Amino acid sequence: MKLLPRPRFVGRDRRARRGGPRGLSLTFLTLFAAVFSANAQPTVIGSKKFTESYVLGEIAKRTLNDAGISAEHRQGMGGTIILWQALRGNQIDAYPEYTGTIAQEILKTDRKLSLKEIREALEKFEVRATEPLGFNNTYALVMRRSEAERLGLRTISNLRNHPELKIGLTHEFLDRQDGWQPLRARYALPQQNVIGIDHALGYAALKNGSIDVKDAYSTDAKIAEYDLVTLEDDLQFFPRYDAVFLYRLSMTAPTITALRKLEGTLDETRMIRLNAEAERTKNYARAANLYFQGGTGSTADAGESFWHKLTRWTLRHLELAGFSLLLAVIVGVPLGIIASRGGPTGQAILGFASVVQTIPSLALLALLVPLPFFGISVRTAIAALFLYGLLPIVRNTASGLQDIPRALRDSAIALGLSPMTRLWQIYLPMASRSILAGIKTSAVINIGTATLAALIGAGGLGEPILSGLNLNDHATILQGAIPAALLALLVQWGFDLLDRVLIPKGLRL
Amino acid sequence: MSALVQLVDVSKRYEDAPALHSTNLAIERGKTTVLIGPSGCGKSTLLRLIIGLITPDSGTVAFDGSQITPANIDTLRRRIGYVIQEGGLFPHLTARANVLLMARYLGKSDEEMRTRLLELCELTRLSDNLLSRYPIELSGGQRQRVSLMRALMLSPELLLLDEPLGALDPLVRASLQKELKEIFARLRQTALFVTHDLAEAAYFGDEIVLMNEGHIVQQGSLADLRENPVNDFVREFINSQRALVFT
Repeated sequence: MKLLPRPRFVGRDRRARRGGPRGLSLTFLTLFAAVFSANAQPTVIGSKKFTESYVLGEIAKRTLNDAGISAEHRQGMGGTIILWQALRGNQIDAYPEYTGTIAQEILKTDRKLSLKEIREALEKFEVRATEPLGFNNTYALVMRRSEAERLGLRTISNLRNHPELKIGLTHEFLDRQDGWQPLRARYALPQQNVIGIDHALGYAALKNGSIDVKDAYSTDAKIAEYDLVTLEDDLQFFPRYDAVFLYRLSMTAPTITALRKLEGTLDETRMIRLNAEAERTKNYARAANLYFQGGTGSTADAGESFWHKLTRWTLRHLELAGFSLLLAVIVGVPLGIIASRGGPTGQAILGFASVVQTIPSLALLALLVPLPFFGISVRTAIAALFLYGLLPIVRNTASGLQDIPRALRDSAIALGLSPMTRLWQIYLPMASRSILAGIKTSAVINIGTATLAALIGAGGLGEPILSGLNLNDHATILQGAIPAALLALLVQWGFDLLDRVLIPKGLRL
Repeated sequence: MSALVQLVDVSKRYEDAPALHSTNLAIERGKTTVLIGPSGCGKSTLLRLIIGLITPDSGTVAFDGSQITPANIDTLRRRIGYVIQEGGLFPHLTARANVLLMARYLGKSDEEMRTRLLELCELTRLSDNLLSRYPIELSGGQRQRVSLMRALMLSPELLLLDEPLGALDPLVRASLQKELKEIFARLRQTALFVTHDLAEAAYFGDEIVLMNEGHIVQQGSLADLRENPVNDFVREFINSQRALVFT
């Protein structure tokens, strides 16, 4: 069901071809396909980047495991569109979603749809929804209790008289069909001071008074923890957000049966308790255990040791950064050689590499996710890192070659050496210092940028950083940030050593 | 015997400025021909046309009877040695590797290369223990000796020298001039030597070719140029360096 290595890349005769860049790229693609399609069997559950979704994902994984079905959980992959694309692109098999979100964001309708209508509409995507899990997690606007009482605010309509209030909203809510713009129109809200802020950071901002109102989910554990009040949706603006699981029709019947055991088992009180447990313990698996207490569920999965996790994150991080760097070198050096000759082609290459560099990394990831070959995967992360790694290598290769004095180029030509020999024996060694400096820059950039791979579920040291951000927990953030910084230093140091081996002695005197 | 190199109606423009107007020149075997003239007169352009670093806009360059084309240029280059100011040695290679570069490329045997290397050390009076040094570890004079060795490695029929001694201090320069002249005589080397120094031209040149603004102005022995200058430029050029040459 998942992507298998493509047979046409593994033909021995083609790989065996000597030398040329074609042979290299084929070898590379083979490797690529082999490395990232190894995890072929398990059912993959996705989750969005907020606590409740993580917890539901864990619960689903455990339920499937308990039914003897191999399953893995890709935590916090992103927002609605990313998860939906991943589901349709067959990168995940199921994920928790809310009926209101399905109608507004996925089916793009302003009407409030019944579950039956939703199911009919999903049929053509070969996706189905379970019955509601049992709770309605609607959007809500929340405030500090003290502030709400001081101003006498109970409903969203009451906000009309307080244009001075500062509002901080998640980026998703700002852009949603059922989000801020129509809400503001419906209630005729006057507030001008509206900023976009991460969900978890928003709570911290609300607590310290940087903002006064923010969006929340009605089952959010933070509402109780921070002593917040929910403003009543007196004009019934928000649709129902009954939690369901979306799953692919291609899932096996036993898997579907197992997943559907969750239907009707979670009411709002219970969900709030699980969310609170997740945030208190910083451990989603443990919160999921709470769901199974009294049932037959095991508690095996809860305690992966810190060092084990750190090793896993670091290895994945190195895999992401290393593989993308290798690719950037294989592609970047030849491009740099072409660019060093100048002319329109050279300009175009350098221009392209520079433009890629200016795209914010988050945006680049988002642009790659909808493409057929990529989606929510390690591939996408590597492709993005590869693109980022290109510019320093291309530019340094080109400038290193261009800096070779004309007299020395002339000497090489006048000797009668062939163009290939000149390149390999004279020009590239002479430019080696500059080329290596470019590769070093790319490596360090990649180590840093690879932390963003966690956003699309590709893992690495970004994973603890993201969950830490999500939980507003600095210790967890540092678990990723410190090793990433150390790794960058180590790579820098390693390349300094490599300089001594790879740069010819005559250039180092 | 025919000339080794024959330029017929050769011209070359860079961007918009003509570097060499339609020019004819024959380089005779066994002699040292010196190209001289002020900076930008076209003498280096002429040299670069012969080794194929640039191609003429019009006219033909023939080497040993065959016209130089992109197809045969690499083969012909192996029959031509090329020495430039500062030597043009590759900094990432030792002196030895610089000298042997082309011989290795052509797959010469170790024995053959070793023998030739010793001959060249003897010829250029370079101590063979300097061969394992990198160019940056050598003095200017030593670098030019290594560069000469590299140019002579394949026993070329023609040696092109583009101001080879221009960057050396006067004492080293004087002794290298003397040695170079001895080497040319010993090898009966056909050489084309570019300089802007009349004293050097007079010292080396069997034939002096005086150039100005992309033209060959006059060609002959120093005595010809001095006694029968064809125009005021020749007279002034000779006179301006007279003190150096004739005292």
